[in-house]
Amino acid sequence: MTITAKPPAAAQSAVESAPAATPPRRTRPRNLRTWVRGGGLSTLVFLAPMLVVFAIFSWSPIVQSIIMSLQKTNLLDAPTWVGLDNFVTVLSDPLLGTAILNTLYFAALALLFGFPLPILVAVLMSEVRRAKGFYSALAYLPVVVPPVVAVLLWKVFYDASPTGLFNTVLGWFGLPAQPWLQSSATAMPSLVLEATWAGAGGAIIIYLAALLSVPPELYDAAEVDGASIWNKIWHVTLPQLRGILFIMLILQVIATAQVFLEPFLFTGGGPNNATVTVLLLIYRYAFQNSLGGDYGEATALSVMLAIVLALLSWLYFRLTNRWSS
Amino acid sequence: MTTTPTARDIRLPRLSLKGRRATRPDDARDRGIVSDFDGKKRGVRLGMGGVHFVLFVGLVVAGLGPLLWLAKSAVTPTQDTLRQPLALWPNGIDWANLQSAWVEVHIDQYFWNTIVIAAGSWLFQLLVATTAGYALSVLRPKYGPVLNGAILATMFIPAVVLLVPLYLTIVNPPLLGDVSLLNNYLAVWLPAAANAFNILLVKRFFDALPREVFEAARTDGAGPFRLFWSIVLPMSKPILGVVSVFAIIAAWKDFLWPMLVLPDPAVQPLSVRLPAVQGSIELDVFLAALAISTLIPVVLFLLFQGVFLRSAGLGGAVKG
Repeated sequence: MTITAKPPAAAQSAVESAPAATPPRRTRPRNLRTWVRGGGLSTLVFLAPMLVVFAIFSWSPIVQSIIMSLQKTNLLDAPTWVGLDNFVTVLSDPLLGTAILNTLYFAALALLFGFPLPILVAVLMSEVRRAKGFYSALAYLPVVVPPVVAVLLWKVFYDASPTGLFNTVLGWFGLPAQPWLQSSATAMPSLVLEATWAGAGGAIIIYLAALLSVPPELYDAAEVDGASIWNKIWHVTLPQLRGILFIMLILQVIATAQVFLEPFLFTGGGPNNATVTVLLLIYRYAFQNSLGGDYGEATALSVMLAIVLALLSWLYFRLTNRWSS
Repeated sequence: MTTTPTARDIRLPRLSLKGRRATRPDDARDRGIVSDFDGKKRGVRLGMGGVHFVLFVGLVVAGLGPLLWLAKSAVTPTQDTLRQPLALWPNGIDWANLQSAWVEVHIDQYFWNTIVIAAGSWLFQLLVATTAGYALSVLRPKYGPVLNGAILATMFIPAVVLLVPLYLTIVNPPLLGDVSLLNNYLAVWLPAAANAFNILLVKRFFDALPREVFEAARTDGAGPFRLFWSIVLPMSKPILGVVSVFAIIAAWKDFLWPMLVLPDPAVQPLSVRLPAVQGSIELDVFLAALAISTLIPVVLFLLFQGVFLRSAGLGGAVKG
């Protein structure tokens, strides 16, 4: 690169550093040459990788998913327009109700186990105030284990025989052995238990950071008013965390609505369809169909799921923007 | 105005330019919920001791326990693991498990595949995120806001619902004629690079860099490429670290997408092969394979704990 100053770049920088002096930010390129010399081409070169991958792997699939949900497609024949038939077929599938209820059940259980636990652990960790790095590392370790390994390992733990690992532990306390993944009553709670173990660490780290931003003066003030430790947690800590608590709640709901790995690897949707989730159903329509993929029906269900999730993410963005401004 | 924790505080912890500590270092914070006064009460002191003990035992059992068990079982004969899963000292130590997992189950091959997938995803994600972030934040073309909106909009669509159209794109990619990208690592690398969150992170970081430096460089005759390579990138190591951690972890964890687009076992990563081989090998060898697959992420975590935990604060936003 030579050290000769480029006139267009210099002019542009002058405009940017003193915007008040010259009102128009940049004159419209009169022809291709001035556009290239003004940096238009190099800007495009920098944008090219993003434009290519987003156009092919993000923007176009989004459009395609809407088109495909209105078509009958199986890769072999030319797609035909079928209107809302795919939606009708999907909505009249008796499994859909089961899948939605199962997904809601998973979400509800995950909220019950998985939501309060990290808050509790984070508050305790921040109070102990010793060996914090060590505790954070311990809490985060399960998150580092690859999710597939975690599920396969827990599948061994859930061995339903009396000598299975968890059943052995239950035996120490005189509790009866559980069927875990093999009964439709205990299968879903078992999945949630593993998912909670695998996910709690991340939430704990986020809450720990949030707890640091609670101003200590508030605790001082509460003490002057005679607040007990529980009062301080209930009236100072939790209200101060309410923003991040709500954000984490929405994120957890978004994540649980897309649960796939646990039901797919633990139970494959069984026993007796007790763990079929919406995403597992989409997967079955598209990739586990003996008659070839029902891509239209799979995308129709995807589009419906996407609308629900997009509303939730929109809510999330609204809230994070309001709370950060 | 009260100082409630804002989302930005939590989502972008300690990403200041020179990697400085956060404004309030931990040791400046002289109190928590329990005050020194509370601590003088006998009941509270005992209670805190109890809490500390429960926390310690709970975290060791839940965090370390399963990994220690996996490490033990990896070198324990199958019958011991089945009969007495929690016996501290197994009857025999079977080091051959690790050997047969590595050689006979071809964990070595899948391990290598996983590394190649992670490295490629990392490279493409960094390339796309930095160039796009630079163009949108520093070069600022007139159509920038439109692109920005188009990128942000994709964050509202969860990747997982694009599964089917994306899969069909891979089977029959545009502009390439009859070529299919199935069993080609590009099928994993390129969709991973279309990550709006990365671009948003990098762009925000670039936005915060001092403009005067760019002006000075331009005055000295640096073109856009020189400015990118010699000025902007070297100033952005913290955010590049965060994006790298995200990219590598996500690639290492991914299961459904590689399973769909890499049907040939010879090119599949560990996450796809482990469930597939489960039924056909003995439990002790399988557990050894699981242990080997866990080793690298855990070692990486122990080495780079700081980066991981700082990125974890950002992790919440990734799930969405």
